Amino acid sequence: MVEQKKEVEVRDLHFTYPDGTVALKGVNLDIYENDFVGIIGQNGSGKTTLVKHFNGTLKPTSGKVLIEGADTTKSDFKHLAKRVGYVYQNPSYQLFCNSVEKEVEFGPTILGFSKDEIEQRVNDALKRMGLEKKRKEYPFFLSIGERQRLAIASILATNPSIIIVDEPTTGQDIRRAEEIMDLLIELHKEGRTIIVITHDMRIIADYVPKTVVMLNGKILTEGPTRQIFADPKTLLKAFVLPPQITRLAQKLGAYGIPPTPLNTAEMYGVLKNHLGSKKGKRS
Amino acid sequence: MSVSIRDLWWKYGEEETAPWVLKGINLDVKEGEFVVITGPNESGKTTLCLCLNALIPYNFLGVFKGHVKVAGMDSRDHEISELAPKVGMVFQDPDSQFITLSVDTEVAFGPENFGFPISEIEERVDWALRAVRMEGYKYKPPRALSGGQKQRVAIAAALAMRPDILVLDEPTSNLDPVGKAEVLEIISELRKEIKLTAIIVEHNVEDCVAFADRFVLLYDGKIELSGSPEEFLEHEEKLKERWVRLPQVTELSHLMMKSEHFYLKNLYLTVEQAYESIDQMFRRSRLGRTKEGS
Repeated sequence: MVEQKKEVEVRDLHFTYPDGTVALKGVNLDIYENDFVGIIGQNGSGKTTLVKHFNGTLKPTSGKVLIEGADTTKSDFKHLAKRVGYVYQNPSYQLFCNSVEKEVEFGPTILGFSKDEIEQRVNDALKRMGLEKKRKEYPFFLSIGERQRLAIASILATNPSIIIVDEPTTGQDIRRAEEIMDLLIELHKEGRTIIVITHDMRIIADYVPKTVVMLNGKILTEGPTRQIFADPKTLLKAFVLPPQITRLAQKLGAYGIPPTPLNTAEMYGVLKNHLGSKKGKRS
Repeated sequence: MSVSIRDLWWKYGEEETAPWVLKGINLDVKEGEFVVITGPNESGKTTLCLCLNALIPYNFLGVFKGHVKVAGMDSRDHEISELAPKVGMVFQDPDSQFITLSVDTEVAFGPENFGFPISEIEERVDWALRAVRMEGYKYKPPRALSGGQKQRVAIAAALAMRPDILVLDEPTSNLDPVGKAEVLEIISELRKEIKLTAIIVEHNVEDCVAFADRFVLLYDGKIELSGSPEEFLEHEEKLKERWVRLPQVTELSHLMMKSEHFYLKNLYLTVEQAYESIDQMFRRSRLGRTKEGS
């Protein structure tokens, strides 16, 4: 078997905020190259604090975080910024320039690319996010959905191999949510590693193959999403409920229904096999 | 009627070219009713909320046509200071709403500004915190609270004005599932206990289907659907067209109703309903099989 390259290694990570809040209490986690990982858990369980260690925004109180093998406390900011892109929970918090274009230029400029290269990257990123026509606009005149796309565009311009998106679907209608998730799937196909934080279990079930569950600053469990949702007892400890369909299947376990369906189509198929016959129609 | 809206039109800005954001809204909400307003981004949901506590037309520049009556007062004929106490507002982000450093001062802020005597303020604060089950957190700083708890304090702060109507604009979208359930349950209790009318903007129908009396679909400044959860969720095509996500079990029941393999008459709104119905199907099918076998 080909050994997968570890992209993110977290070793016994502890983190305490300056005000004394203990946010991480010994996290161990490996994320491999081209993984697509969801991080779930209650508010305050440490999800955002954990991923802020991946781009060096936070440095461990104790323990280690390695990005592509390099310790984040020893690598400089630019080195990390080229590798890890982080889209904040609220895109408005990370936008600060006078125009859409300048916002996207900022990353590659800081990283010291040539003028031509910067232009190329800005053009590509704006085109990809459908923002070419808005390049001269002031970011705060954009809608929330456009701001989110701008935040992603400014990350793409630095061409990171790891992309972290914190709560991408909050406050978005399902069209926006699906657009963002489809884009992440595309970026994943390009070989990037994608990490998504979300409370939306249907988004996890529909899009995210691997799931990490956090509780009280630690990792409670991790694994393939289907396997994670098939174990409602463990999930309940983290106050997480599987999607409705999975919960329904689990209630019907006595009739031989497996605990694993994740979406409506799967459940329909299972029920049809067990119950559906033209005969059923008669009764 | 707790809220009565008649042919309401609104646009931001007075220019001829400014687009209408609300285009002829008619809506009646009864006392104690729990109404969920849903619809895609930028359909006018937040703007409609702002009309309910008279921030529109008084605090925004624009063109207002039609009538909004809350707690018996037409917003055209009354000062915002008369209307605002009748309508409590709670917004999406609990963090951005906190303005003081402890839970009790936060909840006291409204009544203090209305100049109530201290004893009354204290009474109102205690009552409001009890109502959201946060009485044990009176002297805590906001940072010691979870997202759901912060949002419950925001609700308490609105309740301390003893409003008739509570308007909540995506109150649970930043919350984890437990926090969401806490907030929705509290609202559901309040409307029974003090006949509070609740109007909630929410993307996620699945979360509030068990609590809501009525759902309203707003699209492009117009009300396209309005009805009980059962009536509302029948309109599968329309809702999908408007990017409203149906509860998973409701989707399942739509599939089953269309299928020749199942005989199903009623939509599923909750996991419990789906379970009971399918459990019955299994029982019947086993019974059928035993009979055939004998």
